[in-house]
Amino acid sequence: MKRTVYSEIEGRSAAFFVFAAILGGFVLAGLGAAMYMEHYGHHVTGMSNQIVWGTPHVFAIFLIVAASGALNVASIGTVFGKALYKPLGRLSGLLALALLVGGLAVLVLDLGRPDRLIVAMTSYNFKSIFAWNIFLYVGFIAVVAVYLWLQMERRMSRFVKTAGMVAFLWRLVLTTGTGSIFGFLVAREAYDSAVMAPLFIAMSFSFGLAAYILVLLAACRGSGRELGDVVLRRLGRLLGVFVALVLYFTAVQHLTNLYAAEHSAVERFMLLDGGIYTVLFWAVQVFAGGILPLLLVFRSPLPGLRNAGRTMALASVLVIVGGLAQVYVIVIGGQAWPLTLFPGMVESSGFHDGVIASYMPTLPEIGLGLGGVALAGLIVLFGIKVLRILPATLANSDGVSTS
Amino acid sequence: MTRRRNVIVLSVVALVSLVAMTVAVSDVPRPEIPRGQGESCVADSDFMRRNHMTLLEHQRDDTVLLGVRGNPYSLKDCVSCHAIQGSDSTPVTVASPKHFCRSCHDYAAVKIDCFQCHASRPDAVPSDEGE
Amino acid sequence: MDGFDPGRRSFLNAAVAAAGVTLAPGVVLYGITRPSAAMARTPDDAVSSDVRWGMLIDSNRCASDCNECVTACSTENGLQGHGRTATDAQWIRKVDIHDPGTGLGKSLPVMCQHCAEPPCVDVCPTGASFKRADGIVLVDKHTCIGCRYCMMACPYKARSFVHEALEDQKPHAPRGKGTVESCTMCVHRIDDGGQPACVEACNDTGGGAMLFGDLNDPDSEISQRVAKYASQQIRADLGLDPGIRYQNL
Repeated sequence: MKRTVYSEIEGRSAAFFVFAAILGGFVLAGLGAAMYMEHYGHHVTGMSNQIVWGTPHVFAIFLIVAASGALNVASIGTVFGKALYKPLGRLSGLLALALLVGGLAVLVLDLGRPDRLIVAMTSYNFKSIFAWNIFLYVGFIAVVAVYLWLQMERRMSRFVKTAGMVAFLWRLVLTTGTGSIFGFLVAREAYDSAVMAPLFIAMSFSFGLAAYILVLLAACRGSGRELGDVVLRRLGRLLGVFVALVLYFTAVQHLTNLYAAEHSAVERFMLLDGGIYTVLFWAVQVFAGGILPLLLVFRSPLPGLRNAGRTMALASVLVIVGGLAQVYVIVIGGQAWPLTLFPGMVESSGFHDGVIASYMPTLPEIGLGLGGVALAGLIVLFGIKVLRILPATLANSDGVSTS
Repeated sequence: MTRRRNVIVLSVVALVSLVAMTVAVSDVPRPEIPRGQGESCVADSDFMRRNHMTLLEHQRDDTVLLGVRGNPYSLKDCVSCHAIQGSDSTPVTVASPKHFCRSCHDYAAVKIDCFQCHASRPDAVPSDEGE
Repeated sequence: MDGFDPGRRSFLNAAVAAAGVTLAPGVVLYGITRPSAAMARTPDDAVSSDVRWGMLIDSNRCASDCNECVTACSTENGLQGHGRTATDAQWIRKVDIHDPGTGLGKSLPVMCQHCAEPPCVDVCPTGASFKRADGIVLVDKHTCIGCRYCMMACPYKARSFVHEALEDQKPHAPRGKGTVESCTMCVHRIDDGGQPACVEACNDTGGGAMLFGDLNDPDSEISQRVAKYASQQIRADLGLDPGIRYQNL
């Protein structure tokens, strides 16, 4: 089998610099939004004492979940030995790092006291899953960095498999931890469930791979490198499997909740008369982010989409939009449902008890979230330009075995 | 070779002249630290100047976590003794540069964090504690 | 040796009797006049778990249109309203409940329940949210990073986040932008031997519905009342064992 050649992208075209400048602009806007929120206090955002985690957290959780999933492609090549995926491993590691750093940046900048980051990193309450997550996130950066280096350093090739296994297990624990942030909350009816952890694992597979496909397509098209149909279709089919997995766990989550009379009110809210949350759930998460991509990857070619590239790009974009909607429904919809202090009674007070909490995303929040996405993009752009991350070609006939 | 030597010489000259100019024009006045009330502080000025933060930082954990309130290094008492009267004969808050803590901290350019949460002047009306 | 030494036995008996007579009055006096663990504490002592502070609230005496406890808390702790009910801090609030099945309506104040197993303490990543030895659940604002996870975890919606910069805080109740806060059961008053502001106001000008005391002291009024009359905790099913109990719900 021919040895894969990796090379830096040239990155000297006008389009490259314009793209980098746009990403940089979004990052600066995100930083500005964070400073605005920190200076005036969070009352300038849509977050309140009822909806305490808002749009920045939706973006941050999406990015962190996608980060752990983006590493899957490398794991399939290293840990499971699928030769087709091996050339894709370096970009996978870089993307995982970039997405996690972007997500963490948003999370940290939204803190009420971001100047106390040192406190967060030195003072731990080990009963808190949040504290464990801090270790898991920072450790993930280190593990993936080492894994990426071992992939790139040919003299270290005998250690790659071990590093790949460590990275694979680490991201499973990390995503379980992220899902458990919600799953461990007994107070909130929409969260208190053991299925949150596997649901988040499935979401990470799906969102991470969709992000990877988009980045791979953009990088190859942008640098004029060939990307064969074989690779695209394999990745696309894998995405289809993961999308189906997410639909399955979502169904399990809601069906088990519906069965219990205790949860019937909150399920009715989410699935039927929750307004924006119901629309986002059915139209965007399930249909646009679930059913449509399944159709696209398993029944392509569809008329109007001439080639696999466009099909996969559209499917991935739909999965990502559906994923953002899913995280929005989980994070914000779950908080909008009021806490039950007195089961069976109707509650009212001057502190928004007993009513569905209202929330409207504001510009600083969206700016901060998009800034995190742009930061991830900049890291990937920078990485493929200065390091040998991208394979020179991924064309069909190029010794890429289809095992 | 000569080019490199020239660069080094010029850099050193530039650096030295910059430092000299800075020192020459630095006529920032030393701060006037106003006297607090009462006979003396809980410790002498030299000690307090260097160690006031250490005293506060360690005692605050005892107070918050363990409820120990008898110690002399209480921020509330510091603020109370070192209150400076403003133009309207009420104590100034940390927003005014005349505030006791700011009179030194502004000069030393060390940002203080305490008054984001703590009151920077004593209560106008003494609270009814312990009734 | 065979036999026993009668002289030795009678000596021992006498010694024990003498010791008993000497000690007995002291033991009895101690039992009668032992100060409550709370009163024995000086400001230099750390608080201890011998004491568990709690409250008993009788909702029969709580009128729906009375807000004395809320007003007193705001005044005591310097809670400034900004006209933004969604983000303004509220440490205690009046909740009106209504049973749709029977038509029964009740009103009661709800504040931090000072649980024995607080979920807010479990989830705080830095350990800023903590339970003091005497049962009061507090936020150490020096360590709070403002992540709001405790607000997600509290089943009673007891916590508020400070959404704006503050000035002229009360010296005894520090609070600041970007940190989370909740009812402190007026620790500054309790540590001085007093009562929370809400309880005091309710007894002075309200309906006299609130009682504060040491749940670990069998002689305190609150302990005697909860032993005699039925009382319940909000969401007792969660197993958090709150220190605030309610009667006549």
